[in-house]
Amino acid sequence: MSANVATLTVAAKDEIAEGVVALTLADPGGARLPDWTPGAHIDVVLPNGMTRQFSLCGDRWDTRVYRIGVLREPHGRGGSAYVHDVLRPGDLVGVGGPRNNFPLVPSAGYLFIAGGIGITPLLPMIHQADLLGAEWNLLYGGRRRASMAFRERLAGYGGRVHLRPEDESGLLDVPAWLGTPRPGVRVYCCGPPPLLAAVQAAFRSWPAHALRTERFTAGAQDAPAREEPFDVELRRSGGTVTVGPDRSVLDAVRRAGADVLSSCRQGTCGTCETTVLDGDPDHRDSILTDHERAANDCMFPCVSRSRTDRLVLDL
Amino acid sequence: MTETLALPTDDTDPFGPEALEDPAELHATLREAGPVVYLTRYGVYAVARYKHVRAALVDWQDFQSAAGVGLSNFRYERPWRAPSLLLEADPPHHDAPRRVLSGILGPRALRRLREQWFAVADELVGRVLAEPEFDAVPALAEAFPLRVFPDAVGIGREGRENLLPYGDFAFNAFGPGNDLVNRAAPDVPRLSRWVDRQCAREALAADGFGARIWAAADRGDITPDQAPLVVRSLLTAGVDTTVHGLAAVLYAFATNPGQWQRLRERPALTRAAFDEAVRWQSPVQTFFRTATTDTRIGGTTIPGGGKILMFLGAANRDPRRWDRPDEFDLDRDPSGQVGFGMGLHQCVGQHVARLEAEALLTALAHRVTRFELTGPPRRHHNNTLRAWESLPMRARVA
Repeated sequence: MSANVATLTVAAKDEIAEGVVALTLADPGGARLPDWTPGAHIDVVLPNGMTRQFSLCGDRWDTRVYRIGVLREPHGRGGSAYVHDVLRPGDLVGVGGPRNNFPLVPSAGYLFIAGGIGITPLLPMIHQADLLGAEWNLLYGGRRRASMAFRERLAGYGGRVHLRPEDESGLLDVPAWLGTPRPGVRVYCCGPPPLLAAVQAAFRSWPAHALRTERFTAGAQDAPAREEPFDVELRRSGGTVTVGPDRSVLDAVRRAGADVLSSCRQGTCGTCETTVLDGDPDHRDSILTDHERAANDCMFPCVSRSRTDRLVLDL
Repeated sequence: MTETLALPTDDTDPFGPEALEDPAELHATLREAGPVVYLTRYGVYAVARYKHVRAALVDWQDFQSAAGVGLSNFRYERPWRAPSLLLEADPPHHDAPRRVLSGILGPRALRRLREQWFAVADELVGRVLAEPEFDAVPALAEAFPLRVFPDAVGIGREGRENLLPYGDFAFNAFGPGNDLVNRAAPDVPRLSRWVDRQCAREALAADGFGARIWAAADRGDITPDQAPLVVRSLLTAGVDTTVHGLAAVLYAFATNPGQWQRLRERPALTRAAFDEAVRWQSPVQTFFRTATTDTRIGGTTIPGGGKILMFLGAANRDPRRWDRPDEFDLDRDPSGQVGFGMGLHQCVGQHVARLEAEALLTALAHRVTRFELTGPPRRHHNNTLRAWESLPMRARVA
């Protein structure tokens, strides 16, 4: 397996709450993993070809592992069921990113609101807010206490954490909890769409930019990632090269004579950005937003690959 | 202490005039002595092999920046100015300013400048080549960044002559308090005042990098008191470094005419040419880190709080990593060179520097068939930068 194709091993799989497993992912050779920041997620390419996005919920000071929490979604498209029922320690998964569309901005105070598995991106934020000595509180709702993941980890924070299982205390009373706008307080919310809608409705009187949300739904990419080789055409220099699963597009096109400069080889620095003329890249970088990814007009060949039989690059 | 005593030691002054004039011998000595060498003169740990420099650069957990990336240890000493929110910070404090600046200086954000910078380069090169001979340092390497970069940041016209001396001092200040620092010290309060004034919201033109930093503060992505310090980072680190990077590539082509020929035949090599020059000359020669706690490098334990001097220039010529490292060679893939650093502190302006270089080299390649030095090139000594004072040359024009 080439080091340029990010493939991680499932180092551990633990059931941490009803319907929730935590996966620990590590490089098969024990290498340091790419850096991330609280709120970041990774794309996980499952052995069945499905790609799903999961928030990183571990400790960024531990450079050897990523941790993700996966809720079984009975009405999902099969990704979470695969993780729960089939995936086992020792299996390999493809990984893209980490990317962060939900970054923690500096603030004197934070209100964190989590619904169910939406707790995952907030965990590293809470750790960080605590580290920075910020004033923070967490409102964490779930169906039942037993279904709410990471309760033990949160217990250490004492009175700042407010657990609200629905069968004990009803739906979260968001308006009462948000109260009147407080200057210098940012609100971070992650959970199912009804929770986000409730928070947004209760938020009207707060200043713009004080609320940051992440919608917790399954990732957008439904087409399976390809295992088979694909062709990359170098439009300007006229050659075509076949890229197998064990080689990066970057190495393949360089070997074919294209002068592509790179630097980090992790999809983070942006140096190898290449214009895509045709075909759909399988984006694995940490740089592009979802919107930029969907445009399919550029890619980072050090980590990104192809979803189509053929990619045409401006090289 | 036994581990420390077992270390190879060296009493050379890496910031002395001899080493600054030509560090090659010191670099080779340090690389060969071992993964870590104790520099007795300053009580710091030198790392000069590619593998260990790169590992230290990416490992922000074990090798912190918040205690200063110069010789001075901020755990015990007061810095000469408020620490940088980028260079002299670690996560989590580092995250928000870095994210904001990465977006503003990213390749897609720079596209809007490309055409304009190519036109400015073309006009400047046309004017310079009208003279039979010129000094490439002021005429090109300084003139081009000073034309495009302050405009891109959005600062006013007045006082731009302060940028180079301010940057020169800031990079000297990462070293010891030697003559290079002391000579410039009297001017520093005046230069600092000027730079600080340029960082204010009112001083910055709409739509420049500076205004975009303030807009990020308005969105809450950074705080309003972080904004001026982020602008200051641009003004500190964005000029001298590029000047000496451009000087490096011009020197490389003046002394390797065959390589210039190769670039003209294959313009797609332009970007790689600049990175190869950055590898070969390493305009930023060194940075320090501080061991967060007791930390091992290549079998040696660095005590917590110990200062580590990373020789980027030596790593970029480590024969363990590079074939024929002392040659400037466009057939080499310079990817992975550490002249811009590596990891989360990697030069946030690297794409700006590359675009400036691409614009200038493209303009030159359209016209010049050959550069020739017309006199001895002269180095400019700086505690951190591998810099040029003068590169007298003539250009044969097609």
